[in-house]
Amino acid sequence: MSIKKYITANEAVAHAARLARVEVVAAYPVTPQTTIVEKISGFIASGEMDAEFIKVESEHSALTACMGARMAGVRSFTSTSSQGLEYMHEMLAYASGGRYPLVLVDVTRSVALPWSIWGDHQDAIQQRDTGWIQIFTETGQEAMDMVLQAYRIAEDRRILLPVMVCLDGFIQSHTEELVDIPDQGTVDSYLPPYEPVVTLDVDNPYSISIGGFGRYYAAWRKEQQEAMDRARQVIVEAGDDFARIFGRHYGGLIEQYRCEGAEAIILTMGAFTGTAREVVDEMRADGKAVGLIKVRAYRPFPVRELRQALSRAKAAAVLDRDCSWGCEGALATDLKAALYSLPSPPTVLNFVGGLGGSDVPPEQMKYMLDKALSVERGAPSTMEFIGL
Amino acid sequence: MNQTGHMEEVRWHGRGGQGAVLGASILGSAAALYEGKYAVSFPTFGAERRGAPVQAFTRIADHVIRSRSQIYHPTKLIVLDDTLFDVVNITDGVPAGASLLVNTRKSASELSVPDYLNVVTLDASAIARDIIGVAIVNTTMLGALAATTTLVSLDSIKKAIADALPQKVAERNMAAAEAAYERVRGK
Repeated sequence: MSIKKYITANEAVAHAARLARVEVVAAYPVTPQTTIVEKISGFIASGEMDAEFIKVESEHSALTACMGARMAGVRSFTSTSSQGLEYMHEMLAYASGGRYPLVLVDVTRSVALPWSIWGDHQDAIQQRDTGWIQIFTETGQEAMDMVLQAYRIAEDRRILLPVMVCLDGFIQSHTEELVDIPDQGTVDSYLPPYEPVVTLDVDNPYSISIGGFGRYYAAWRKEQQEAMDRARQVIVEAGDDFARIFGRHYGGLIEQYRCEGAEAIILTMGAFTGTAREVVDEMRADGKAVGLIKVRAYRPFPVRELRQALSRAKAAAVLDRDCSWGCEGALATDLKAALYSLPSPPTVLNFVGGLGGSDVPPEQMKYMLDKALSVERGAPSTMEFIGL
Repeated sequence: MNQTGHMEEVRWHGRGGQGAVLGASILGSAAALYEGKYAVSFPTFGAERRGAPVQAFTRIADHVIRSRSQIYHPTKLIVLDDTLFDVVNITDGVPAGASLLVNTRKSASELSVPDYLNVVTLDASAIARDIIGVAIVNTTMLGALAATTTLVSLDSIKKAIADALPQKVAERNMAAAEAAYERVRGK
């Protein structure tokens, strides 16, 4: 029997780590992530979770400890935010290159300077090219469900890549809502015990920190890219299987909301998707042909899905809670690349907003969609900051 | 899947340490776990320190609540400290017909509040000091809220208090909520 609790996404994610039968947790405190590992350490202290909590002096070491635990043959968990994720950066690439099937929760937050503990997506986006699967979630329930799915995806023999589950700092991490927490037996039927491909063996020592030069290096990296390509299918399968058992489905790589006949479509990642749903409903009620695409998987990027979903729209309004300085919002750039081969692609309007914890209220989304409705297909792309 | 219908948006005003955030949370859990409703609660995403003006929020509806933007036009205000009237614009964005519940020794007419709002006052600090032993008034104000609205029952509030606090503390807080409920009912 599942039970309903009124909790934050951070607490929901802690339950997911417990239900995934994680055996090693290593983390360093950083706002707004801290309450995840506080809750987990409570589970361990009370005996609800049979795991070792490794206290480390930094996020760099936290991820290294998780990698070591994986090589010893058990599931591990870590979570971090912002400066912590940046400090982990070096090991992120070690983990993906080494094909460690890790799961990490990033409670997304802005990066200094200016110093801000509040939310946006800059920290996660800055790790885009480290070789991690990155999935953004909308609610506490989706964050919890996605962590369980992340272990399935990471450990799939076709993949063996680390997965970063992103949830929005404060808007999810510190917001309480109803979350349905499944029982252990049902989770076990979805997520079987971890079976490592290789484990460390003191009686049979060998090196796992491989070297690779020239074309050997390139061939290794090509395999990594091919695993990312396969992950598109595996992410969908993991979601479909999850829906069969738990009755909750989130749409795979992207979710289309009221996109039928939509001339203008707003693209979002993360918690503000909920607000965008309200805005789309309101504008539809006013007879405006608007829709919403929630981008769930950011890496691997849902190229084919986005091309199909946007082939008939005349304009896309992209909300980026991040910026690739000197270029534009990262999602907008990726979207343009995906749409390039369409015979008559929609115009992409980029809106950078919700930075450093600033709100994205319904009026701003309405403004974005109205502007997208007003442009002609083929008009030049634009980029602007909203909310200033 | 259209989600429309009435939604109550409650804004809590307090000072850091007075329990506004926990109050918003207990109200949400009372509605979500014991009234069959949907609720979302969250603190102000701003700097918080003891004594400084803080806000917290609770959304309650009969349908799934999707909006994750902040609340700009609350339908209910709960004010834990009447000195805040001199410091922040408490009625900012509040539409006509909204209700205001204030912890104060003053009467409604002594507060400078626009006459398009429904104001209920009570000396929650006195009740909390008497029964809980400390002037943390969030749970007392929740009892008063239950007396002024069909949003949540006193019974649900008491259950949510029992979930949120250690047993001994919870019992005193439930008693304070009940006393406030009776006080407002008797008015």
